[in-house]
Amino acid sequence: MRDWSLHLLDLAENSLRAGAGLVSLGVSLEEDGRLIITLSDDGCGMGPELLRAVTSPFATTRSTRKVGMGLALAGQNAERAGGGLHVSSAPGRGTTVEIEADTRNIDCLPLGDLAQTFFSLICLNPLRPDFEWRLRSPRGEEHFDTREIRQALGEGISLGEPEVREYICSLLTEQCETVFGGIMQ
Amino acid sequence: MKSLSELEAIRQKTLERIALRKEDRDDGVRIVIGMATCGIAAGARPVMAAFMDEIDRRHLRNVTVTQTGCIGMCRLEPMVDVIAADGSKVTYVKVNPEKARMIVADHIVNGHPVTEYTIGNYADQA
Ligand SMILES: Nc1ncnc2c1ncn2[C@@H]1O[C@H](COP(=O)(O)OP(=O)(O)O)[C@@H](O)[C@H]1O
Ligand SMILES: [Mg+2]
Repeated sequence: MRDWSLHLLDLAENSLRAGAGLVSLGVSLEEDGRLIITLSDDGCGMGPELLRAVTSPFATTRSTRKVGMGLALAGQNAERAGGGLHVSSAPGRGTTVEIEADTRNIDCLPLGDLAQTFFSLICLNPLRPDFEWRLRSPRGEEHFDTREIRQALGEGISLGEPEVREYICSLLTEQCETVFGGIMQ
Repeated sequence: MKSLSELEAIRQKTLERIALRKEDRDDGVRIVIGMATCGIAAGARPVMAAFMDEIDRRHLRNVTVTQTGCIGMCRLEPMVDVIAADGSKVTYVKVNPEKARMIVADHIVNGHPVTEYTIGNYADQA
C-alpha cells in the first residue's frame, strides 16, 4: 500500500466483513512525531488461534484466496517505521487494531487521504454500519460521527443521497485539513 | 467550518427531490467495485471516487455503487461489475478513473458496454 489511509480502508473492510455496527478510527500525531492509529469495531471478533495467526501473512478464513495479506502488510510497514501493529480481539467482543509508527523515520508511509478513505466507506455502505473518527495533532482535534448526521437528517434520508454525500465529503476534508494540513500529507 | 445545523437545509432539499423522484429503484443499475486488499492496492479507491463523481455530475439517480470482497483474480484488479436491472452482468478489469468515466458514459448512459475493457476481451487476448 502506498499510504496509511489505504491500509485503513483495507483494514476497515475486515470490520465490515465481521458484521460491525460501528467502526471507530482514531488517528493521533503526537508532539514527538509518533503516529498512533486505532481502528476498532464491534464485529464478530476472532478466537485466540486465528488472532495469533492473523499478523502472519498466512492467515485468512476466506475460501477464494488462501493468503490474507492486509494485517501482515500493515504490520510490516509499521515495523519498518520503528513501530508495530497489535491486534486485540475476542469472539463476540469486537476487534481493535493498533498501529504505531514514527513519522520522522524515513521509511514511514505518508498518512495519505484519510477523508477519501472514510468517504469511500460511507458511500459504499450508506445504511450500515456507523463510522466515527477522532483526529488529533498538536494543531487540534476533530470528531466525526455518522450517528450524529443520521440523527440530524431524520428518517427517510440515507447517507447515500448526493446532497448528504457532498456535505460529508467536505466535512471530512475540512477536518483533515484542520488537524493534519501542512504537517502531514 | 461545516456544522450539523447545515443538515436541516440539506434535509429539506433532499426530501423535496426524493418526492419528485419516481421510486423505481427496480430498474436501476448497480456498479459493484472489488474492495479487497489487492483491489485497494491496485487503485480501487480513486476508481470508486470517479464513478461517484461521474454519477453525481450527470444526475444519474438510478445508479448505485456498492462493494464486494476478493474474488480471487488479483492481477486483474481493480475489477468492477456493472449489473443491469434484468440481472445481466458485465465485468470490467484493470479499471482506472478514466475508464470508469467512460464506462458511465458509454455503458450506463448510452447502453453500449465498453467491450475493450471487459474480462472477456482480456481473456481472449491472454
Ligand atoms: N476486524 C476483524 N474482525 C474479525 N475478524 C478479522 C478482523 N480483521 C481480520 N480478521 C480475520 O483475520 C483474517 C486476516 O485479515 P487480513 O490480514 O485483512 O486478510 P484478508 O482480509 O485478506 O483475509 C480475516 O480473513 C479475518 O478472518
Ligand atoms: Mg483484510
